[in-house]
Amino acid sequence: MTDQAQLLPGTLDLLILRAVSLGPLHGYGVLLRIGQISANALLIEQGALYPGLFRLVRQGLLKANWGTSENNRRAKFYELTVAGRKRLQEETDSWNRLAAAITAALSQQPEEV
Amino acid sequence: MRLFQSLRFRIATLFQRAEMRAEMEEELRSHIEHRADDLERSGLARTAAERRARVEFGGREKYKEEIRKAVGGSSIETFLQDARFSLRMLRKSPGFTVAAVLTLTLAIGANAVVFAVLNGLFLRPLNVPQGQSLYAIQRGNDNYIIQSYPDYVDLRDRNRSFDALAAYTIVQGGLDTGKDPSHVWFYGVSGNYFNALGIQPYLGRFIQPSDERGINSAPYIVLSYAYWHSQFQDDRAVVGRVVNLNKHPYTILGVAPPEFRGTLLFFSPDFFVPMVNLQQLLGWVDPNARGNRWVFEVLGHLKAGVTPVQAAADLSSIGFGLHQAYPKDDDQSTFSLVRPGLHGNFFAPAIRAFLAGLMLLAGLILLAACANLGTLFAARAADRGREVALRLALGSSRTRILRQLLTEAVLISLAGGAAGLASSVVLLHRLSGWHPFPQFPMNIPVNPDANVYLVALVLALASGFLFGIVPVRQVLRANPYEIVKAGSSARVGQRISVRDILLVVQIAICAVLVTSSMVAVRGLARSMHTNFGFDPQNVMLVDTDLKMAGYDEDKVPAMQRRMIDAMRAIPGVTAAGLVDTPPLHMGWDVKDVFSDTTTDLRPSNAVAQAITYKISPEYLQAASTVLLMGRKISSHDELNAPHVAVVNREFARRILGSETGALGSHYRLPDGTRIEVVGIVEDGKYTANLAEDPQAAMFLPILQNPASDTTLVVRSNRDGPELASAIRSKLRGLDSGLPAFLQTWNEEMNGALFASRIATMSLGVLGLMGAMLSITGIFGMAAYSVSKRLRELGIRIALGAQRAEVLKAAIARPVKLLAIGSAAGLVLGVLASRVLAFIVYQASPRDPLVLGGVVLAMVLLGLVATWIPAQRALSVNPLILLREE
Repeated sequence: MTDQAQLLPGTLDLLILRAVSLGPLHGYGVLLRIGQISANALLIEQGALYPGLFRLVRQGLLKANWGTSENNRRAKFYELTVAGRKRLQEETDSWNRLAAAITAALSQQPEEV
Repeated sequence: MRLFQSLRFRIATLFQRAEMRAEMEEELRSHIEHRADDLERSGLARTAAERRARVEFGGREKYKEEIRKAVGGSSIETFLQDARFSLRMLRKSPGFTVAAVLTLTLAIGANAVVFAVLNGLFLRPLNVPQGQSLYAIQRGNDNYIIQSYPDYVDLRDRNRSFDALAAYTIVQGGLDTGKDPSHVWFYGVSGNYFNALGIQPYLGRFIQPSDERGINSAPYIVLSYAYWHSQFQDDRAVVGRVVNLNKHPYTILGVAPPEFRGTLLFFSPDFFVPMVNLQQLLGWVDPNARGNRWVFEVLGHLKAGVTPVQAAADLSSIGFGLHQAYPKDDDQSTFSLVRPGLHGNFFAPAIRAFLAGLMLLAGLILLAACANLGTLFAARAADRGREVALRLALGSSRTRILRQLLTEAVLISLAGGAAGLASSVVLLHRLSGWHPFPQFPMNIPVNPDANVYLVALVLALASGFLFGIVPVRQVLRANPYEIVKAGSSARVGQRISVRDILLVVQIAICAVLVTSSMVAVRGLARSMHTNFGFDPQNVMLVDTDLKMAGYDEDKVPAMQRRMIDAMRAIPGVTAAGLVDTPPLHMGWDVKDVFSDTTTDLRPSNAVAQAITYKISPEYLQAASTVLLMGRKISSHDELNAPHVAVVNREFARRILGSETGALGSHYRLPDGTRIEVVGIVEDGKYTANLAEDPQAAMFLPILQNPASDTTLVVRSNRDGPELASAIRSKLRGLDSGLPAFLQTWNEEMNGALFASRIATMSLGVLGLMGAMLSITGIFGMAAYSVSKRLRELGIRIALGAQRAEVLKAAIARPVKLLAIGSAAGLVLGVLASRVLAFIVYQASPRDPLVLGGVVLAMVLLGLVATWIPAQRALSVNPLILLREE
């Protein structure tokens, strides 16, 4: 557990959007998908997912429908709306810019300054 | 419309939210089950898997709360939730709830009543269109509001500041509608009165300026709605009917609307008559004499854009012109504007001071109640420390807990506020319907309006928040782990807590209230035994006005002689005399007095003013007023004889220099009459205020100073009702058309004592409330401290503690706080009663009886309040108690 990274504030929503962009998922599925695409490198408390999901639905970025899961249980499935897809693109771009800038800044060698 | 839509939306979301909550619940369960499925697949047993899944999920309640927040928690929904929970909690502790609500009921009720009176008399404008711009005028020098008719006419016609200046005066008369003549009170009004006020008739028409075509030219009557309703049974055919007013035929023109009750707040007339006709009705008013001031009040709407200051300057310049033209009658004086309704600065300052005092005391009650509730809430919060700790540990946020506590406080304050307001409304309606003086159509119009409801609500909510805040610190500092570990009864604080301070403050306030009420009661009791300068016991007063029965001036003295003789002929009557207005009556006559050598008799040259009585020779004996020197008025002091007077000691001292030299000396009245002093009587009380400074008074022979409106003073050794019927039958024998009003002198005195009685009553009630509040306060504190320490007390008893020691341990602290609070309150109360001396006759706080009474009262209160907790402490059964824990 100790080698897992804490999430930066605000990044959970981006991860959820990304996870759902690969296909409709229920809440537990979102959690598994995030684990899968991040190679289990991120520490997410399970319950913490839900406030994020509800928030995104309320913002119109996700839509939710009740359905039946692969375990044959009732579950709520989330998928991206058009607005959600657009937001994911924007957020991804802005994250990449930020990450590149931070990485560049951190990888500067003394003699290059 | 917008509001409605938003409300509908909110209600709709409320229903959706219930659905959403169920969905959320299901979704979280579904998550945990999926996780458990996975764990099961990895080899765990189903139950173990489920438990593990729940643990991994984390604080479910916390996340639900966060979801609610993420979705945008509706404030209504959270409030309803809090409210439901609070109601459940309050139902669980009925003692606390009842005590808190009752305390608040008392406080809000008291404040609502006092504020409603203040509102009814001062804040609410007169009930006429655009009442805000209505002003009465008064002369600046002595704030004298009564004008003469010629002055009024000049002010009315020359001013450029008012839309119209109207005038009215209050008079009484006898109205004969074909049945028994009845005694009535009415306004004499200027022709433009109704127009100037902007009132429309309910029936028929009003008096118009065009009706006035000279003195006694307009024999018309406009009925008030109430009088029309009660005396003419809503008969619409009454318009055009002719009735007899003081034996003169008057035509009824119309009826005023129900909401118009005249322009003096507490005095509603039976009807209105043109002012120009008053001379015919009353005789003594002279519309042509500039020095004859009888126009009760002049008032009008300011023109748009004119400020009261500008209007006063305008009037003052007219006043200067009048002074130039008529230096004998009109002093040089400026004018000022006052709000109408309370007769300018005549009644207003005293009433305002009294109400301000009451408001202050009511505020103290509220403060005491808040302190009381603060104690209750703090104790409750301490008791609930465990519950709060558990909720915190289970993931509830502190803000949520605080909000819930505040909701509880608000619910209590709303309940208390509603109950207080309801009881005050009942009280106010009764107060409004109360006629303190049977002789006058007077009442205090204090029915509550929106202002009162608003103030009560704001006060209730404000105090709710105030005492709701008290436990906040306790909650914020609560450390759930410590409390859950240690249990709530671990600490018995010996340091001074907020609760202790609150209790001391509260007791002090209550002691102030108790002290002031005792001072007031004692003052009233004393004023009953003061020397009035006459003896009101066993005396019947018979108020008649011969004008009402149509007697001409030359027939009045003979009729008065016959009335006096008839009274003296009644068996059991020991003395009977006549006076124009008895002392301590609601109205009194004040005259300027000039020294014998003064020739220029303008008001500014007067030596002093003296209250004037016109009496028959027998009056002093009938009133039991003691003659100190000289002789009484005799029947030889008639119109053609030299004018004489009997004066009181104060008059002799102040105006004639000394008591001994006064006999035989002379002075002058404003009309130039030279008067010789023939007798000196004791000082007395004259104006309707027992706390008055010594007043100069003179008694003039009624034969030399005729008056038709007089009161017979009949002293007898028979009891009231019997004597009254004998008097009535005698009067009927003399003239069956003469209305008479009978009451005992003691009843009449109730009017003079009105202010003191009201003051004593209000202070008494407030004192009682203070006492009740301190009982609940001490009781709450003592009961709480005993219940907290039951276990300790049980151990002490088990170890062989004596009753006294147990008692000491249980209630020593509340008793000590009571003593400190009472002492502080007593000192404050003694200081505060200086203020009381203004309204309560002889209010002296240094009276040992008062001091003793307060101490005794507080001790009794303490005993009552600690009795039950002490009993409980003594009856502790250590065995049961120790087994329980």
